[in-house]
Amino acid sequence: MITLFIISLLGIIALLAEILNFRKLLPVITLFGILAAIAASVAEWNNPMIIPAFNNMLVFDNYALAFSISLCLITFLWFLMAHHYLEIETALSDHYALILFSLAGAIVMTAFGNLVMLFLGMEILSIPLYILAGSRKTDLSSNEAAFKYFLLGAFSAGFLLFGITLIYGATGTFQLSQMNQYITQHANEMPAFFYAGIILIVSGLAFKVSAAPFHFWAPDVYQGSPNMITAFMSTIVKIAAFAGFYRLFSTCFASVESSWSQVVWIIAVITLLLGNITAIQQHSFKRMLAYSGISHAGYLLLAILAINTQSAGAIFLYTLAYSIASIAAFAVLEEVFKLKGNDGISAFNGLAKRNPLLAFTLTISMLSLAGIPPTAGFFAKYYIFNTALSNGYFWLVIIAVIASLIGVYYYFKLIIAAWFKPADDETLIQLSFMHKLLLVLTILLTLALGLFPGYILTLFS
Amino acid sequence: MQTLHNIPINMYILLSSVLFCIGVFGVLLRRNAIIIFMCVELMLNAVNLLLVAFSTYLGDTQGQVFVFFIMAVAAAEVAVGLAILTMIYRNTGSVDIEVLNKLKN
Repeated sequence: MITLFIISLLGIIALLAEILNFRKLLPVITLFGILAAIAASVAEWNNPMIIPAFNNMLVFDNYALAFSISLCLITFLWFLMAHHYLEIETALSDHYALILFSLAGAIVMTAFGNLVMLFLGMEILSIPLYILAGSRKTDLSSNEAAFKYFLLGAFSAGFLLFGITLIYGATGTFQLSQMNQYITQHANEMPAFFYAGIILIVSGLAFKVSAAPFHFWAPDVYQGSPNMITAFMSTIVKIAAFAGFYRLFSTCFASVESSWSQVVWIIAVITLLLGNITAIQQHSFKRMLAYSGISHAGYLLLAILAINTQSAGAIFLYTLAYSIASIAAFAVLEEVFKLKGNDGISAFNGLAKRNPLLAFTLTISMLSLAGIPPTAGFFAKYYIFNTALSNGYFWLVIIAVIASLIGVYYYFKLIIAAWFKPADDETLIQLSFMHKLLLVLTILLTLALGLFPGYILTLFS
Repeated sequence: MQTLHNIPINMYILLSSVLFCIGVFGVLLRRNAIIIFMCVELMLNAVNLLLVAFSTYLGDTQGQVFVFFIMAVAAAEVAVGLAILTMIYRNTGSVDIEVLNKLKN
């Protein structure tokens, strides 16, 4: 609860910074503020009396707190990475405020106890990102990204709302706890439009997590937005949307699983295959990351399908591992982009000779995304497959394993380019202290999560 | 109120579904960005109508309160959307979505 207050307050402070003229202090205030928010969540951990806030609208249980911590951590890393980018931007405090408000929306999405808050959280998360995607006002590709993101965001919100409405009509409530009670009592006598509502909610959320066939906006939006904004979109939105997705389906719709599991099964298979196969054909690193992000949504859907006691931990570990690796990849991309002016995979040729730290970070992050030990990605995938297997999704896991083998191919293209291809220009790349700190932090976190994944999972048992 | 209850709830669901589908097809088929925005609004208003109908039938006010939330958020969303559209119009001189084809493989 306090976490949400601190983050919202930080956003307001960022707006005031412009008026009261303390823009210079903003980076420091924000970084310490986010650390304070993490500390507040840790302090609330395992509170035996979960105080439902705002008349049960928000419920900060351990699940919500864990995801809030992970969201704040990723935003902290993001601010370290984007420090430079934000300094050259003209509207500094606007960027800070929008990012922080977006984070507040993400936290609401992890902690909702009422479908109204799910909708509001999703909009608070998305609306600042529409603005940020278009923050290069004269750049036509940024304009296009903003327009597509906005349009598809509003479109998917429509689907989500129609689904929520139909479910409200069938159960007579928006409260998750009452809804769960009603559905388990009347599981066999729900009207047909209730099931239509569930499917509409699935498609609305599939848009947000960019799962196929609702993924077509993602590559364009990721490519057109400024690099740093894409990094934020591809990590925070995915964590928040999956946290919300799992929370809704595990509390309310677990008892009517047969009505939606086949739809999610099909979405997962299409997402896995399409994401990975299309990623192979990409020449731009950013577009490749977009398609790889789509395929990761497919793996995460496996855990949603297999709703059991291990799913929450598996989703948490997977989103965290994926986000840290993505932040690392975008940090390297930004450095290369600054030098070469393009994000083609050939721009990474000979990176190891120019700066070994950058090449090493890229390698670790690619290994983690591909799911190779000892990085975090390996155990994240392992636990996801494990939960799916324990619920009998044998063929789905086989498909997912094949998909991740395809994934290894395109992630290794980057590693090969960085270490074995000759560079056309061998001047060394200088990094600032903040950037070195960020790179080392991401490497350490990825390895730590890969070596001791059990600690994370015990949080959810 | 009495006439409202004489119409079965399924009719409201049907009406809202038709309106919603018109909105969806409008978004997918039209080429003018302004019309697309209007179609998104139509989708949201179909939802609002159904919420009010359910709310009346269930004798529960939560649904009507939700309508206010949707209206407020839709207003915020359209404000941002129109700003994006203005930005595009300044750069290209058109609101036809065919001009947005910079991002391809």
